[in-house]
Amino acid sequence: MGQVVLKDINKFYDSVHAVKDFNLQIRDKEFVVFVGPSGCGKTTTLRMIAGLEAISSGDISIDGQVVNELAPMDRDIAMVFQNYALYPHMSVYDNMAFGLKMRKFARPEIAKRVKEAADILGIGELLKRKPRQLSGGQRQRVALGRAIVRHPRVFLFDEPLSNLDAKLRVQMRVELKKLHLRLGTTAVYVTHDQVEAMTLGDRVVVMKDGLVQQVGEPLELYNQPANKFVAGFIGSPAMNFAAVTMTDGNGRLTAKNSGLEIEVPGGLADRLRGHVGRQLTLGIRPEDLHVARDADPAGLTFPSKIEVVEQLGSEILLDVRVGDDTMVAAVDPTVRAKVAETLRLAINPERLHFFDAKTEAAI
Amino acid sequence: MIEGAKWRRWVYFYIPMVLFLLVLLFPFYWMVITTVRPDGELYRPWNAPNYAPFWTWNPTFDHIRLLFEETLFATWLLNTMLIALASTLISLVCGVFAGYALARLKFPYAGSLGTGIFITYLVPQTLLFIPLADIIRNFRLGDTPWALILTYPTFLIPFCTWLMMGYFKAIPKELEECARIDGASRWKAMIYIILPVAVPGILSAGIFAFTLSWNEFIYALVFMSSSEEKTVPVGVVSELVRGDVFYWGPLMAGALLGSIPVAIAYAFFVEHYVSGLTGSVKG
Repeated sequence: MGQVVLKDINKFYDSVHAVKDFNLQIRDKEFVVFVGPSGCGKTTTLRMIAGLEAISSGDISIDGQVVNELAPMDRDIAMVFQNYALYPHMSVYDNMAFGLKMRKFARPEIAKRVKEAADILGIGELLKRKPRQLSGGQRQRVALGRAIVRHPRVFLFDEPLSNLDAKLRVQMRVELKKLHLRLGTTAVYVTHDQVEAMTLGDRVVVMKDGLVQQVGEPLELYNQPANKFVAGFIGSPAMNFAAVTMTDGNGRLTAKNSGLEIEVPGGLADRLRGHVGRQLTLGIRPEDLHVARDADPAGLTFPSKIEVVEQLGSEILLDVRVGDDTMVAAVDPTVRAKVAETLRLAINPERLHFFDAKTEAAI
Repeated sequence: MIEGAKWRRWVYFYIPMVLFLLVLLFPFYWMVITTVRPDGELYRPWNAPNYAPFWTWNPTFDHIRLLFEETLFATWLLNTMLIALASTLISLVCGVFAGYALARLKFPYAGSLGTGIFITYLVPQTLLFIPLADIIRNFRLGDTPWALILTYPTFLIPFCTWLMMGYFKAIPKELEECARIDGASRWKAMIYIILPVAVPGILSAGIFAFTLSWNEFIYALVFMSSSEEKTVPVGVVSELVRGDVFYWGPLMAGALLGSIPVAIAYAFFVEHYVSGLTGSVKG
């Protein structure tokens, strides 16, 4: 069992309020990802779960037992650090066996568990080597192995893939996911990379400045961001934002600014009718923009001037100027576009987002 | 390496390096030459016909023999070794624990305590020997090895603490945190993880402490009086300079043989020493 409950968690560093009123219930076997920019409090929260940081106020319980005062070694957790923290003077085998030795496991049992973990991770031939003789990916696997042998209730990951090169990161992401499916242990994972959050998490917690912005399944965060920050943080390239004024012309609600005039479609219009005359922030993801075709209604298109063309192979990213704003459109690789050309772009009407200009909350 | 014309390499590198080496190594060369040079050549004036200051064709071991037979040099060597090892051990133990505490533990006044320790290091021995002499006398430790074994740590501990503190700070915190999560108490984490990783730092602190106490002069001069208790620096100077007569041969022999243990210690541990100073801990 590995249910973790964080209730009203607050952390103060002198006068700095690093974590504010953090509440979360993590179910057994769930893979939860804390994601956010640097300094948002995600690592601090993880370290409080681990017992490496004192909690200023609030309770953390694992399987119903409040663990605030418990030492890290008594919480039955295992942690994987960003820089692996392998013991440099010990062999891979001893690194993995250390935790079990400290808990006075019998030697045959230690050997069995280490072999099991080494087989799962494919590091069986590395057992006699020292950390300095291993590559980055191998070290990371040893760090994972060290956590696995303990058979803990909860795995804690502190940006474990950040030190790997891009290709290896993608590979290890998949392996981590497979590992989680195989072991079924509750996991709390901290990262600043939203791609890792989206691909690994059963649920994702987006944090900013110590506050939880939104908690939900990855697609929920992608499709229904609770505020402008979550909308701009999740998804790559980031969502385009434009300040618009809502006007009512002939019963049609329009979002207008110097560069575009978008007719808000039916369902959304009903929600936004109360905001006529006000300034809102319009959000549309690059992948929800396409080159306007004849079939697209005029109210959903706008002109743009191409500034940069980025060829990715699978798609083209167009950096365009729309009025006073710049936007990014991810279009089909077959589009012929040249810098300084004018292009008419069309919006997918079901994918429009609006945010309050002041509170930034989604409407 | 210096690129470009050959002359550059010679003028900016080889020649300065040779000069530098000459200046550094010449005293040792002079020590060796004087040790094996017979008395007759040693006291030959500069304007004598066969004046050859840098070489001798009649080497002799008389001075070394005199050193061992007519003075208690062997005893002095033993004394110095014993005192240096004991005071180094005491200082290392204290320095490692103090350095760890100051580097890792957050307790009130930690900063001021650290500063206080370093300030004591700044008080010169030439000043401190006066109150220390009083203490030694009150405890009746004068003319015993304990007088030095207990007073050398006054300047060795601050130094070792300072070195170890810097070294511990360079060890990633995550290593210890991982050990604690793995089930090690703070004490076990220190014994199994931190100390083995800090071995280069401990070695370099130890070698430095050993050298400092081996070469120490003033406390040994003030606190030791009888010949059997003297250390090499004091013994060689006090018993081979009689009045205004300098027995240069045995003096240099004493200096040469007295510097060999330290040279050996450095030679064996130089790799660890360097890595200890640069504090390179990776992984």
